[in-house]
Amino acid sequence: MEESQLLPNLFRTEYRKIVSVLCYLFGIDNIEIAEDITSDTFLAATELWSVKGIPENPTAWLYTVAKNKTKNYLKRNSVFEQKLSVEIKHTANKSEEIEIDLSVKNINDSQLAMIFTVCNPANSTEAQIALALNLLCGFGIQEIADGFLTNKEVIYKRINRAKEKLKEANIKIEQPTISEINNRLETVLTTLYLLFSEGYYSTSQNTILRKDLCAEAMRLTFLLIENPTTNLPAVNALLSLMCFHSSRFDARTNENGETILYQDQDETLWNQELIEKGQLYLVKASTGTNLSKYHLEAGIAYWHTQKEDTPEKWQNILQLYNRLLILEYSPIAALNRTFALAKTNGKKEAIIEAEKLNLTNNPFYYSLLGNLYTDIDNKKAIGNFEKALQITNSPADKATIIKNINLIR
Amino acid sequence: MNEFVLIFRRDYITKETQPSPQELQDSLKLWQDWLGGIAAQDKLAKPLQRWDGEGKIVTTNKNVINGPYAEIKEAIGGLIMIKAADYDEAVAIANGCPILELGGNVEIRMAVTGTY
Repeated sequence: MEESQLLPNLFRTEYRKIVSVLCYLFGIDNIEIAEDITSDTFLAATELWSVKGIPENPTAWLYTVAKNKTKNYLKRNSVFEQKLSVEIKHTANKSEEIEIDLSVKNINDSQLAMIFTVCNPANSTEAQIALALNLLCGFGIQEIADGFLTNKEVIYKRINRAKEKLKEANIKIEQPTISEINNRLETVLTTLYLLFSEGYYSTSQNTILRKDLCAEAMRLTFLLIENPTTNLPAVNALLSLMCFHSSRFDARTNENGETILYQDQDETLWNQELIEKGQLYLVKASTGTNLSKYHLEAGIAYWHTQKEDTPEKWQNILQLYNRLLILEYSPIAALNRTFALAKTNGKKEAIIEAEKLNLTNNPFYYSLLGNLYTDIDNKKAIGNFEKALQITNSPADKATIIKNINLIR
Repeated sequence: MNEFVLIFRRDYITKETQPSPQELQDSLKLWQDWLGGIAAQDKLAKPLQRWDGEGKIVTTNKNVINGPYAEIKEAIGGLIMIKAADYDEAVAIANGCPILELGGNVEIRMAVTGTY
């Protein structure tokens, strides 16, 4: 057993469970106490286990210590404990002590309550993601800073401001009611999708961290699916979409960290298990009357798992993009739709449609035009690629564009 | 940028001029592609809405008759709201409307601001 590996993974997995249960117990005003008690638990683990070795059941050890530290804290702060007793409608159980329930059920309930607390529109999505990574996923400030390609102080401030806003708004950490789920699910799903995108599209070179971000987003989405009240079609569609995208993670970059475009990817590196999972969740999502954008994106992602270039594939992708754009416009969808149009109706028609998009601040717009003009009007192709080169900030994209220019020359 | 309503009308009753089932099915893709193209340019001003085929008419005499036809044999097939710089651009967009292939027409009106 790699002892050096055990503690970090255990820390993250169990930290978020314990901190969720304690936050749920203590409420939003006392998040810091919940975090402190949890951190102290892991500090104790680090100190003791390095001397005495890892206990036989590390999880049970952590839970016992966390419970004891909580009880001690409540004893020393009897006023606090009384406030808690009043707020938590304690059952008729005459026990004087507040039971810290670390059962699987309570852990899941606490995490669900925390997801809805953290994904609150009172904060910007940037802040929600940072808070989610910290509280829901057990990421440290430095890790989050690395993921966002910024520094510790920025993330520290962002998280603290986010907590302050929740306190000011008097947010209750509680099980979401059905009506709350209806109102807030969209925000929650948006945040989870953005968290996933952080990992998937990030320009950070840290592949392991990026995979972790995607995995965390998927885990949280799965948590929603495991809970009957939030196990809704749109949520299954989102998880399906994440599975399909993740299946290509290993094929998307080469050893030098360069991005490999879809058409150049080695499909033997595509993860079949994830593709199958994606299909499973897509089937589960295909119920009810509500067609969400996640359904459409999952459909598009599904077709991309079929590498063969058939007319049926691109016709389906085009129609899905049509519906997606009609539902909600986005520049990326507009560009991708035009690419699909080229595959179904030919490059000449796609060029006409592409020129209408007029996304002059977007490097991908010029890359698309470059791609469409290739072999139709190579002078214009190179012109567009060069414009893309001028405005892109991504070194990986620069390399791809240069490659495309050289292919023409 | 201005907003325009595009109203699609065609004759749904004269038997001889009705499109065949195949023509109607083929037009589905044309509609989706045309609307998708407008959406791709971020020119849909309002979400799309379909309308039923029943309808009611309130006549000048305040009689209520079953719709959807008023005095003419053309009925409204649907309407969308788009964003365009001016009538020229709105007309250019309307030129692609599949209702034209089915013998119909498009009426275009520009939205005006100001109190009602």
